[in-house]
Amino acid sequence: MVMQIYLPIAEISVNAFLLLGLGGLVGILSGMFGVGGGFLMTPLLFFIGIPPAVAVATEANQIVASSFSGVLAHVKRRTVDFRMGTVLLIGGLVGAALGVQLFNTLKSVGQVDLLVKLSYVIFLGIIGGLMFFESLRAIRRSRVTGGAAKRRKHNWVHNLPFKMKFRTSGLYISVIPPLIIGVFVGVLAAIMGVGGGFIMVPAMIYLLGMPTKVVVGTSLFQIIFVTAFTTLLHATTNFTVDMPLAVLLLIGGVVGAQIGTRIGTRLKAEQLRILLAIMVLAVCAKLAFDLLLQPSELYSLGPGGGE
Amino acid sequence: MILRHLLVVFALLIALPAQGEGEAVVAGLSQNRVAITANFDGSEILIFGAVKREEPIPEAPPLEVIVTVSGPSEPVLVRRKARRFGIWVNTDSVLVDAAPSFYAVATTKPLADILRDVEDLRYQISIPRAIRSVGAAMQIRDSANFTDAVIRIRTDKSLYQMLEGQVNLSESTLFNTSVALPSNLIEGAYTTRIFLTRGGTVVDAFDTELEVRKVGLERWVYNLAYDRPLIYGLLSLFIAIVAGWGASAVFRYFLRS
Repeated sequence: MVMQIYLPIAEISVNAFLLLGLGGLVGILSGMFGVGGGFLMTPLLFFIGIPPAVAVATEANQIVASSFSGVLAHVKRRTVDFRMGTVLLIGGLVGAALGVQLFNTLKSVGQVDLLVKLSYVIFLGIIGGLMFFESLRAIRRSRVTGGAAKRRKHNWVHNLPFKMKFRTSGLYISVIPPLIIGVFVGVLAAIMGVGGGFIMVPAMIYLLGMPTKVVVGTSLFQIIFVTAFTTLLHATTNFTVDMPLAVLLLIGGVVGAQIGTRIGTRLKAEQLRILLAIMVLAVCAKLAFDLLLQPSELYSLGPGGGE
Repeated sequence: MILRHLLVVFALLIALPAQGEGEAVVAGLSQNRVAITANFDGSEILIFGAVKREEPIPEAPPLEVIVTVSGPSEPVLVRRKARRFGIWVNTDSVLVDAAPSFYAVATTKPLADILRDVEDLRYQISIPRAIRSVGAAMQIRDSANFTDAVIRIRTDKSLYQMLEGQVNLSESTLFNTSVALPSNLIEGAYTTRIFLTRGGTVVDAFDTELEVRKVGLERWVYNLAYDRPLIYGLLSLFIAIVAGWGASAVFRYFLRS
């Protein structure tokens, strides 16, 4: 059965089941790894012909929903560090405002696609690579010694001022690093149509030294507020949030996230991390090839009414 | 349905006073509005008409019919990628002054055989002529490549259609054709033009409008998004959160039972 639905803001007609399926698939991964899933969904939306500006803005809206059900599950299991989440959130809101500004500026110059794709390749490449080798080492180490890897290392992060106690994470560190991480993730949320979990989760583990258990819930907590703010900014400045598109993606996504959260609790942290790393690297490779290989169509059309 | 329309045309033919000068075209569309609904998946419009004349049908050259359907014209910024530092990036760009968002040309015979270049230039009938690109030549040396790209990309998306030989003409009097509007339509006033030609010269022209509009829920969402963006944004979030919370609650309920 084919059910076409016309999207009023994107102004194209798409199969409704395709959208539900995409939402569900990405939702499962989102629940499993605690990432918003945006870094997979946004490129997928490009592939099915959704205009990039609409994909980025609508994806922000959809991430709110898929993360909301995930965060509920984590609150119940007490795996959210609200204090850390709030610090990350303050940075995130500032970053999102800057990011939307940057997005709109680059859109008028015609380089927004390049920036988005390059950011994907660079960030996914670095993060994926780091996570892959780190978790490979962790797995090998735990096989040799039989014990878990030592988590808390003292690095430069622990020598900064404005220290604060984060009880749920068992940390006493400066608020500066989480604020900077928040700003950074906020910028990415706005320009790449992602929640930013793929940056935030590793940053929380490797830079802040947070326990893996609370990392997922805390990042989801920050993500829902930052992406909600991003959605409002895109809706009021670009008019690019497609409500029916978001609803279809989230119906699939919310159910998927619930399934994913359950799968995630059954897997070991190291296995989870290596799976995520492989996925991140795969998306990175695909995007890198797109930039390196000569495209079949060298020309592209855009609205000419801009300044 | 078609028969009824044809009867209307005949009634018009009889009712209209004679003009006594050559041939004139009378035509109609199967619909004057295309409504974009939630499950809009393209639409087909039927264009039909007749040639009105006082004198007997002239022998030669033969009468030919050209039908064009065009969407709202808008400026288009065409960008070209080139290899820089090993990756493909947008470099040159050309602003095409006006290109129709949709354009279809249906004819009785290959366009080149039934329309002279001078007439094409005057009435802007063929696809390249329908695109206005005056400033492009000043912006870049190979500006033709950019207008070709507009045609190529839009033809791939069925937004530009060359339907040569798709107009049925019988007895040099009655004609009909159909144009498939794809699902990726832009809203606005679409113009249908009909040209009668003899020996490559336009004998008569006729034009009528076709309104393409979003309706119902589509209309409501679109208007809200542009007229009340903040409320629209908040509503989008509210729906997202309610659905997110609701679906997880339903899911948990089913797992327990």
